[in-house]
Amino acid sequence: MDTCIEKIRAIARDLLEKGTVEKVLGFADGTIPMATSPIAITSKEDVDKLTFTSTCGLNLANYASKEKGKIAVIAKGCDSRNLVTHIVENQVQRDNLYIIGVPCTGMVDKVKVASAIEGEISGFEEDGDTLKVTSSLQTLTVDKNDVLKDNCRYCTHRNPVLYDELASDLVEEQELDNPFPDVDAIEALDPEAKWQHFQDLTQNCIRCYACRNACPLCYCPTCFVDESGPQWVGKGQNKTDVDTFHFLRAFHCAGRCTDCGACVEACPMGINVRDFTRKLNKDALDMFGWEAGLDITKRPPLDAYSPEDPNDFIK
Amino acid sequence: MKMKFITIDKKDWAKGIDKSRETYQLFGPVKDENGCRIDALGADVQPDMNYTDSVLSAKSVLFPQSEKILTTSLDESVEDHHIMKRADTDYTPRAVIGIRPYDAKAVLLVKMNFDTKDYRDPYWCDAYEATTFVGLGINRPGPFDFSTSTGSGPFNEDGLDILLADMDDKFLAKVLTSKGEAFAASCGFDVEADAKESQVLLDVLKKEAESNITAAVETDKLAGKTILDLHEAPFWDDISFSCINCGTCTYVCPTCWCFDIQDENKQKASTRFRNWDSCMAPLFTRHATGHNPRGEKTQRVRQRFMHKLKYFLDKYEEGIMCVGCGRCVKSCPVNIDIREVAKTMNGYEKQE
Amino acid sequence: MENPYMPYPVRIDDIQIATEDKSLKTFKFVFLNEGDEEKFAYQAGQFAELSIPGVGEIPIGIASSPVEKGFVKFTVFRTGVVTSHLHNMKVGDIMGLRGPLGNWYPWDKLEGKNVVIIGGGFAFTTLRSSIIYMLDPANRSKFGNIDVVYGARSPGMLLYREELYEWEKRDDINMHITVDGTDDPDWKYNVGFVPTIVEQKAPQADADTYAIVCGPPIMIKFTQPALTKLGYTEDQIIMSLENRMKCGIGMCGRCNIGKELVCKDGPVFTLKELNKTPKEY
Repeated sequence: MDTCIEKIRAIARDLLEKGTVEKVLGFADGTIPMATSPIAITSKEDVDKLTFTSTCGLNLANYASKEKGKIAVIAKGCDSRNLVTHIVENQVQRDNLYIIGVPCTGMVDKVKVASAIEGEISGFEEDGDTLKVTSSLQTLTVDKNDVLKDNCRYCTHRNPVLYDELASDLVEEQELDNPFPDVDAIEALDPEAKWQHFQDLTQNCIRCYACRNACPLCYCPTCFVDESGPQWVGKGQNKTDVDTFHFLRAFHCAGRCTDCGACVEACPMGINVRDFTRKLNKDALDMFGWEAGLDITKRPPLDAYSPEDPNDFIK
Repeated sequence: MKMKFITIDKKDWAKGIDKSRETYQLFGPVKDENGCRIDALGADVQPDMNYTDSVLSAKSVLFPQSEKILTTSLDESVEDHHIMKRADTDYTPRAVIGIRPYDAKAVLLVKMNFDTKDYRDPYWCDAYEATTFVGLGINRPGPFDFSTSTGSGPFNEDGLDILLADMDDKFLAKVLTSKGEAFAASCGFDVEADAKESQVLLDVLKKEAESNITAAVETDKLAGKTILDLHEAPFWDDISFSCINCGTCTYVCPTCWCFDIQDENKQKASTRFRNWDSCMAPLFTRHATGHNPRGEKTQRVRQRFMHKLKYFLDKYEEGIMCVGCGRCVKSCPVNIDIREVAKTMNGYEKQE
Repeated sequence: MENPYMPYPVRIDDIQIATEDKSLKTFKFVFLNEGDEEKFAYQAGQFAELSIPGVGEIPIGIASSPVEKGFVKFTVFRTGVVTSHLHNMKVGDIMGLRGPLGNWYPWDKLEGKNVVIIGGGFAFTTLRSSIIYMLDPANRSKFGNIDVVYGARSPGMLLYREELYEWEKRDDINMHITVDGTDDPDWKYNVGFVPTIVEQKAPQADADTYAIVCGPPIMIKFTQPALTKLGYTEDQIIMSLENRMKCGIGMCGRCNIGKELVCKDGPVFTLKELNKTPKEY
């Protein structure tokens, strides 16, 4: 994926030079191994700060909807679907976006890489699908496909669905017999084990809200956890309150989540936040044949009514 | 008191720790699938003395994320209804085993907030007085450790009652205070080592460890700048662009102590809680009228770095409010690096 | 030192509706435990946290004056969760009071000086405390001339109306009561915004005169230039600020402006001190 960096920079330079956009939202190299940082470039002299690697796991649609004025934004497959969702939900105007589509072969799971090597990681290099990871005790070569983020393993929309220009050639989409084996595994548990699974999941949550804030879907001016008149959720570490935050947030994302994995990437405690939303994504597909963010003209199922909607809950 | 050195054969370590449970509640590093945290040690759990670093700091030992501070009954038929009483907390002696020297220094910085000449926070201070800090020197500082440029270091003794050095098959313990002495006695660790030789050994380890630290933060020129010049500097928009205003940096930071006070009721029983809060939260400074002095993201990001690197420096003249543990750098979802921000602030010259 | 989070238990002794639209009420509290009133000894300009168990706490300026014994008074505007709950409480209800908190108007510096008090809307509470303190026979001779400019939207929105009209009749204090507008033909006093009346009626500055200003941000914004025009310097203008607070004792880190904590280093600041801080209030 490194050939596209030059193309991204060239596109950005061109857009800024011509004044087509005021800002280009992309990624810049981080200050520590395997880190990248979202950046807004406003002058063509700075476009060389832009990069694109397998560690660009955050979703730039999160930033795009907060900008006023015309901007360009780098979008992987999942990011572009969130941009579509933003357009459908009136968070951003299509005319104000210049989408630089980047077909993606998957992002690296930093926790998986860290646990594969002994000692703290001090260096990380990418060469195609080969990753070279260094620490004070070892140097390791890893195949990227062995350490992909879980959402990338099950991704069926690696190519951007909406774009103004592509930074590299389209890639082959994965054909998966079952894109939801993780959901099946949880569904197979008996109710007590299932409940315990979710209790264990929220055990380490520190209510930092990194998951919510990294998620492009969470744009409410006042989140339900912050409401005070009346107050819906307690602010302490009471288990019920912690659970309520996660469960309710998942329901607010139902039918809208594109499984971009930004929530998992942002969480400092390593919680697999996607476990809350995956089942709802599966339900949306099974019940409504719906995948979020594929079509700029269609409204999500919880937002639209059709007489053909499954009604078996009405007894 | 005279500095005492004790040698602890690692074969005797676990037994000694268990013996101390007769007197102390123990806290220490515990590994789980997500990494490492400083937690209360269960009856058969030993502190992990080989951990590289913990995601969260040790501040929760003195400053739990949710803490009951007052209780009362709202039932008007009960005597003393609506009259608040201090919540029951267990202040039996505690010991934190294996705390990093930078986390112990952080405790001293936090103490400046909770123990002032005008007010004493009884919850934090009572916990502090009940706690013995048994530190573990860091032989191999990790790539995020920049403690030496903040006034701390891998073998720094500030805030510790005992400093342990891992010497392969044994620990060398430097007993620094009478609290430390009491703890060592409760474990039955009593093999004294020659003070002079031991100090030499420690100094060698310290030098070796410090030479491994490559990360640094630049702060030498901060004191000479005015608050307003730094506050009005033009670089804050760029620095804050990527920030998502979560609370990660503030919650993992050992020197962040902002909190919220909330009442929670269960039927007629009312409890006043103290919960961690974060200046990053959009509603942190929102007035009841809706006016919010820090309603914009840039203002909040600027507040955090100004507080850590400038306001605290000016207010107490004890250096910056950062001990160089590097947790925020490691955990920030968007890789905002306090060292880079400090460098920018430190090097800023106002254009006239 | 005692637990600074523990409120003194008090009982609501009296509730008066303070303004015609009922958005403000004046509460009179009496301490339940003997000895608490002495411990609560306060100076004019300080505030306290009104603590309602099960609901929350609010930082409110003390409206009663140190020379008024046996009770403490606060005037509270209904705007959020806690204030709404307080407005629905009854005489006889029990709640808590934490304080006194914050610093106070610099009474030692003001001795022998002329004082100009400028207030707007419902920010007049600590100014009432100050005026009663100064007018008290034991204290009056300590101060020179006292001028007061106080305005509200309409006559019915002025706080402590009866007391204001009484003070107006006295000759040891110059009252300039004003309203933004009124259609009451019997209105005897000024009509005009506070900054305008300040410009017209407040005395010129001299080395011995200080101005104490307390009001909503918009009033302060326009009053400051008026005072500057009259010659007041930065350290002759004393202001009392508000900010979002929780602990009130300088520990929760919420109310800072720069390195000053409004609850502890303030809420009273001179303009000179404020000009050195970021305007985050």
